[in-house]
Amino acid sequence: MYNFAYHRPGSLAEAERKLKAAADGRLLAGGQTLLPTLKQRLAKPSDLIDIGRLAELSFIKADGRSVQIGATTRHATVAASAEVRKAIPALAKLAGGIGDPQVRNMGTIGGSLANSDPAADYPAAVLALGATIHTTERAIAADDFFKGLFETALKPGEIIKSVSFPVPEKAGYMKFAQPASRFCMVGVFVCKAGSGVRVAVTGAGPCAFRQSAMEKALASNFSAAAIESVKVSPAGLNADIHCSAEYRAHLVGVMARRALTEANG
Amino acid sequence: MGERIEVTLTVNQRKRRAQVEPRLLLVDYLRHELGLKGTHVGCEQGACGACTVLLDGRTARSCLHFVAALDGAQIRTVEDVAPSPELLHPIQQAFHRQHALQCGYCTPGFVMTTLELLAGNPDPSQTAIRRALTNNLCRCTGYANIVKAVTAAGKALREGSQA
Repeated sequence: MYNFAYHRPGSLAEAERKLKAAADGRLLAGGQTLLPTLKQRLAKPSDLIDIGRLAELSFIKADGRSVQIGATTRHATVAASAEVRKAIPALAKLAGGIGDPQVRNMGTIGGSLANSDPAADYPAAVLALGATIHTTERAIAADDFFKGLFETALKPGEIIKSVSFPVPEKAGYMKFAQPASRFCMVGVFVCKAGSGVRVAVTGAGPCAFRQSAMEKALASNFSAAAIESVKVSPAGLNADIHCSAEYRAHLVGVMARRALTEANG
Repeated sequence: MGERIEVTLTVNQRKRRAQVEPRLLLVDYLRHELGLKGTHVGCEQGACGACTVLLDGRTARSCLHFVAALDGAQIRTVEDVAPSPELLHPIQQAFHRQHALQCGYCTPGFVMTTLELLAGNPDPSQTAIRRALTNNLCRCTGYANIVKAVTAAGKALREGSQA
């Protein structure tokens, strides 16, 4: 690992100043992706700004219409939260299925979103629930946030503060996990809300994306049967040693139907 | 060497002050600076679980934490599990009795993960045990005896007896 300068700011405002002042600064939150990346010398930041223990970024608030989660809230905390389990049980279930216990104890929602790993779980929930990502500079709609492989709408120096999730009428999440890493080979989050039906897929493409053909089919009938005949094209989907693009396309349908069954259960 | 970061942390109930290079990892600090070699280094990539410790009461991979970021943290390692140098903890006793180890390299990590599991779920199902142990790799046993040991340890802890 290359060396770097380490900073432990006492507030978000100080973290923002340090990040903007650094030549090539990175934020350290849970570190579950950043540390392996540094160890493999795939990144060489000049400065690490540690926001992992900033109390002002770790919270869960629910008011009946939405759930707000602070950026450094750990996956295990979201999974165990009585408020999240009551308002959006599918979101608590998703958080409880990320990686393994050690990743859930340390990994953060803000870190997961900012990294935009193609096989991460949270992006599917953020997209399907129509969440809003609040940063130090603005509010970004989920539809505008994920831009590509490990690429988001975040600008240099911009820090995620929290994510707000509107409470849906119904939601469900199902993933086919890679057996060793527990990352998603394919994960599908389905959501029915006053604003309509949204279906988001993770693990299958360069970043999480919405499945509009399924959304149309589900608009009048939110059930697994309604998407039986929806064909998913393998064009543009990921292919690797674990799973071909054709198999991923097949899994999108299977996981979507199971997520719907769960949402209606 | 560049700058040094000052941290105060508690390791196995003992307060420690250290001046560390920013990139010093917790596992290297425990082994090389404190001599606590019960915490093992396996993959160094956060995949094998041999370096698992308790950080503020929750399992963590000590190869994926900078000491510089742990100011004020409470660390517990496998050296602090047995009640005395002569006695084994019921979890360790169960691993011994159930032949849940061969080479033993992964065992400290399994013991720490089992501590966290049984603290939150005193009577876990086989599925819950296997799910909790997802991140601890063992290349000797095939896991069957480890699952048996965790079940036996849970029973012993619930009944206050030896496994």
